[in-house]
Amino acid sequence: MTTLVYLIPVALFLGALGLSGFLWALRSGQYEDLDGAAERILIEPDDRPGEALQSR
Amino acid sequence: MSCCAPGAEMALEVANAASASPSSDEIKLASRALGGDIHQTELSVPTVHCGACIQAIEAALGKVDNVEAARVNLSTKRVSIRWNGDSVPPFFAVLSRLGYQAHLFDPEIHEKDKTLSELIRAVAVAGFAAGNIMLLSVSVWSGAVGPTRDLFHWLSALIAIPALAFAGGIYFRSAANALRHGRMNMDVPIAVGVSLAYAMSLYETINHGEHAYFDASVSLLFFLLIGRTLDHVMRERARTAVNGLSRLAARGSVVLRDDGTREYVPVVELMPGMRLLIAAGERIPVDGDITSGNSDLDCSIVSGESAPKAVSAGTHVQAGILNLTGPLTVRATAAAKDSFLAEMVRLMEAAEGGRSHYRRIADRVSALYAPVVHLAAVVTFLGWMVASGDWHRALTVAIAVLIITCPCALGLAVPIVQVVAARRLFEAGVMVKDGSAMERLAAIDTAVFDKTGTLTLGQPRLVNASAIDPTMLVMAADMAAHSRHPFSKAITAYAGFADEPKLDSVREEPGFGIEAVVGDDIWRLGRRGWAGWKARTGGEGKIGGYGGTVLSKNGSIVACFAFEDAPRSDARAAIRQLKDAGVSVDMLSGDTEKACSEIADTLEIESFVPALLPSGKVEWIESLTRAGHKVLMVGDGLNDTPALRAAHVSIAPASAADIGRKAADFVFLRESLLAIPLAMEISRKAGRLIRQNIAIAIVYNAFAVPIAILGHVTPLIAAIAMSASSLIVIANAMRLQATVKVTSEAAPTRRRSDVVGVAHP
Repeated sequence: MTTLVYLIPVALFLGALGLSGFLWALRSGQYEDLDGAAERILIEPDDRPGEALQSR
Repeated sequence: MSCCAPGAEMALEVANAASASPSSDEIKLASRALGGDIHQTELSVPTVHCGACIQAIEAALGKVDNVEAARVNLSTKRVSIRWNGDSVPPFFAVLSRLGYQAHLFDPEIHEKDKTLSELIRAVAVAGFAAGNIMLLSVSVWSGAVGPTRDLFHWLSALIAIPALAFAGGIYFRSAANALRHGRMNMDVPIAVGVSLAYAMSLYETINHGEHAYFDASVSLLFFLLIGRTLDHVMRERARTAVNGLSRLAARGSVVLRDDGTREYVPVVELMPGMRLLIAAGERIPVDGDITSGNSDLDCSIVSGESAPKAVSAGTHVQAGILNLTGPLTVRATAAAKDSFLAEMVRLMEAAEGGRSHYRRIADRVSALYAPVVHLAAVVTFLGWMVASGDWHRALTVAIAVLIITCPCALGLAVPIVQVVAARRLFEAGVMVKDGSAMERLAAIDTAVFDKTGTLTLGQPRLVNASAIDPTMLVMAADMAAHSRHPFSKAITAYAGFADEPKLDSVREEPGFGIEAVVGDDIWRLGRRGWAGWKARTGGEGKIGGYGGTVLSKNGSIVACFAFEDAPRSDARAAIRQLKDAGVSVDMLSGDTEKACSEIADTLEIESFVPALLPSGKVEWIESLTRAGHKVLMVGDGLNDTPALRAAHVSIAPASAADIGRKAADFVFLRESLLAIPLAMEISRKAGRLIRQNIAIAIVYNAFAVPIAILGHVTPLIAAIAMSASSLIVIANAMRLQATVKVTSEAAPTRRRSDVVGVAHP
């Protein structure tokens, strides 16, 4: 019984962490272009300064 | 750009098909101001398909002056560009140099899909709750007793609250909405079952009871939401693809003010009496009369006439007509809201009705199912009251009946099949915009086709090429490359690529033809009366269907060209397949009887009606409907739009007018008309699978309900039974993918022989 006192909160906390992570990803637009994201890993980024702005 | 010299952008124009790229005024009108002098423009680029495309476009656009950022979205095939300054950077020139055709995307369509993000959020919350409650439930089933069980039940009750609020809210709202309108849909029994299960479980928990159904109510929501979300995603994808097609209606027009200034004015602000400058390649925004200028007009999308019309001052023109060759000044006679387009919209709204009576299979089933189930629960309650007199026991059993009959499988039976079917059609280039469309398409017995632009491509084709002297043909093709008249484009296809251009000067005489000077000779390609000024006229209309287009050298005719509106590839095969499937085929057209009968003969269509007005098409379809037929309308023009809405179900090609694409249930993106029999075949298969799935769900209930009524159902049994039935239904839906793949592998051989049949009748 005493183990439950911390095991259940731990389980719920981890679940809630996953859920909030998913919601955060959703809100920050990571699901808006799934096909594009798959292709973009093949694109070599230019390491010039100022390029960060161009690619986002 | 509209006031540039016509020659300057010629090279670009040839590659760019019928319409000119939008003027910078138009781009500015369609872009969104982000504050400061930063604007954001959305372009739809349908040909983007890989990582290399993304990189090429982003790199090229990023280098253009004043462009702050360019980002490609591969899923929606769009590019959003942020730029600053007053002048619009030349996006279209840059993209077409890379080989991508782009068109402007309207900011009003580009709004965030709120329903989708609500659904995904609901799925996430329901999934989290279902997983955790199931963990707690499993420990209860495996033997937790006393205070531990109570603790687990209390925790489950707490976790279920956000799930019910977030995920259940969607169903509660929909059910309440249906009940308010005195209807019944699948969401009503779901909402009743879920909320009663939760209420009873809470009561049990408070009274230290043994059985709680928290897991059932939440996992039910989770399963159903997955189906609903997939359904939504599929339709949204189809809608995005359709919205990304190029816009055919004018956004605005250059107005020539009385003091001589020119100003770009959006369509809604155009007033009668204004003088509009319509450049070649632009569409006419509102009805008006031509005051000056000569040109050829393409009326195919407005009236269904396939032959271009030569016009000069005094002619009345309707909104939506494409101006092909020369600049025109038009005095507007009506505002946009009174123009031809608006009249079509009104006719369309009046025609609505046929399909609004349609009730989806799922709703029809649940209208029968829900009362039976609720009645069974009431009878169970009364029966147990009489038999045992224990009202708590009676209520528990009655609610168990409701939970076990809660239409989990039924709620999935329809959307899952439709998701699989819509996906199959999506891969074949057919966009399904509405779930009920497939149900309606499966039921049709009559198909009505528009001629111009639907059965035909709406583009003329040279039919007597073999009879023309090849050197003359190459000469004509070289000249024709300088014009965007549809006849010229048809001739350009025969250009000899080896020949270096040898024309000294080329001039287009709008409404007449093209004149070229080679050495001392004057060549003319165009109307017989104008080009062959030395020959006796009078033979007009003899050769070919379009009055006679000739090539002349110093005024003597050296070649005649005959054109014909080319049928779409596979049109005949598609119509034969429809007939084989037991559908009768009619053709309704606004074009002349002669043009119609030629096409009808080639395509083996027995019944056709020529020279119909838009309202005539609607009446035709309504009379068919009154005679008890279920009519499929396939059309593309503005004049077809009311008919598209009046029919039981409608399909439009991607080249259709904007409001036509919006009105149609299906839009096919590829050229082949075989999309139509394919869509019907898949819809019919899907219809069969839906019925099977509903039957499976009902059979499952026939077994489960007696067990529930007798009071033997525990939460464990309920959980197993519900998951099993959902899985069976999903597995059955997946069979659509498999069966269709088998037939599509067999199809090419058949299709190829059909194509041969079309080529050599």
